[in-house]
Amino acid sequence: MITMRGVEKGFGQQEVLRGVDLEIPPGQLTTIIGPSGEGKSVLLKHMIGLLKPDRGEVWVDGVEISRLRGPSLDKVRKRFAMLFQSAALFDSMNVFDNVAFPLREKRLASESKVPRMVNDMLERVGLGEMGHKFPAELSGGMKKRAGLARALVVGPEIILFDEPTTGLDPLMARTIHNLIRSMHQVFGFTAIMVSHQVPDIFPISDWVAMLKHGKIIAMARSRDFQGLTDPVVREFVLAGEMPGPSSVEGPGQN
Amino acid sequence: MKVLIYIGSSTLSLLEEIGRMFLFLLQAIAWIFRPPFRPARILNQLYFIGFKTTFVVTLTAIFTGMVLALQGYYSLRKFGAEGLLGSAVALGMIRELGPVLGSLMVTARSGSAMTAEIGIMRITEQIDAMETMAVNPIQYLIAPKIVAGVMAVPLLVAIFDIVGIFGGYLVGVKLLGVSSGSFWSSIESEVGWSDVYGGFLKSISFGLIVTWVCCYKGFYTEMSAEGLGKATTQGVVLSSVLILVWDYFLTSVLL
Ligand SMILES: Nc1ncnc2c1ncn2[C@@H]1O[C@H](COP(=O)(O)OP(=O)(O)OP(=O)(O)O)[C@@H](O)[C@H]1O
Ligand SMILES: [Mg+2]
Repeated sequence: MITMRGVEKGFGQQEVLRGVDLEIPPGQLTTIIGPSGEGKSVLLKHMIGLLKPDRGEVWVDGVEISRLRGPSLDKVRKRFAMLFQSAALFDSMNVFDNVAFPLREKRLASESKVPRMVNDMLERVGLGEMGHKFPAELSGGMKKRAGLARALVVGPEIILFDEPTTGLDPLMARTIHNLIRSMHQVFGFTAIMVSHQVPDIFPISDWVAMLKHGKIIAMARSRDFQGLTDPVVREFVLAGEMPGPSSVEGPGQN
Repeated sequence: MKVLIYIGSSTLSLLEEIGRMFLFLLQAIAWIFRPPFRPARILNQLYFIGFKTTFVVTLTAIFTGMVLALQGYYSLRKFGAEGLLGSAVALGMIRELGPVLGSLMVTARSGSAMTAEIGIMRITEQIDAMETMAVNPIQYLIAPKIVAGVMAVPLLVAIFDIVGIFGGYLVGVKLLGVSSGSFWSSIESEVGWSDVYGGFLKSISFGLIVTWVCCYKGFYTEMSAEGLGKATTQGVVLSSVLILVWDYFLTSVLL
């Protein structure tokens, strides 16, 4: 279980997180939604110790990780995988070696098993024939999927997905959502996903939380979330459901 | 009062930066000796720092040797000592110009590329990604570069010295008519092991300076394209300056 207590984080003058309290239920898929620039990526990076809170605590199964460094932090990180919003593929390696990197470096598989595991995972994300390409030769959506393969291939206990489907066409977005969902059901990892794809995320998530003004303003089971009456939440949820440009005008129209 | 505050705070941030630089170096060196070892990455970097710089080093070396012979010839002729031209060229090359100019070429060619490579990895979150996989980026990225730098620069400097002396030979003997016999025999009688040893010591330490400074600047690049440009410039300028300053200190100790 991941727990955040009173996490505050700023950059220079700018306050981004202003006291985040959040409990991520183990073995479930929790999606964090919220407007652009609110600090969703920053929040995710706190969970794996890439950013340290100015104040507050981050607990991963009874270990407070925000003060850890070096080998003790690495020990916690070995249980994680993360898909970055930018995919963060290694430019100097082709797609195959990118996906193989964590397997080889964490010594999770003997070298003879690596090709099968990697190709299998590339197949699943629809990049079966792309192993030899370099990141610079891929489209944005293909990079995302390669990054997804790199996160899933190690079979981690906890996976952080930062906008796995942003920039993909609707069909591919659905494929990736279904892939995440089915992998989650098979392997039972704890998943924390950041996404804007309202309402698509509701059927695949167990829990949904919303970040706004640097705080978690709502968290509920996915099926209950759309029924919440908080006006800020309703506005965000409905904006996603309504078609056309008038959707930005919010719930008043409905 | 404002001036005092300004001076105080910039001194503090300078001290902080220096502290951070030394910490970075110590970490990198410590990681060299800890498993997992990655010899393939060191070879890769040797190719990158060493082999790919060979051409510019050869080119600068031959012209440096040629101009050294030209200058030396006209100075020595005043004393009727043209016969010593070979040793003048060789000593200048081995003790001073080879290590300094060779390392400056490595800085310009490989050091800047190193800063840019690591800096891009920083701003595109590749270094963060590596950390999330529990792979230490200093060990994976920096340590092999430092090892390769310390190995490659002395070799490049050796090439620089030899090619430079050959350039001096071309101008001195073939162009200006110094006798070939006295050119080589003066080298043999005047150049001692201590000269070679001093040049070797210099080039090892310059190799460390280049890789250390350029990697450091890349690793702590500010998160923007502007920051990347700044880091690359600073890396090249700072390592060039440090090479010259350290050269003075080493020379005054070695002499
Ligand atoms: N390393 C950093 N240094 C300085 N400021 C940062 C840094 N990382 C994030 N920020 C700032 O924090 C704020 C939140 O950024 P973040 O990337 O978390 O937003 P987000 O909610 O993920 O947005 P999006 O949905 O567009 O990805 C932004 O204003 C950003 O400028
Ligand atoms: Mg984001």
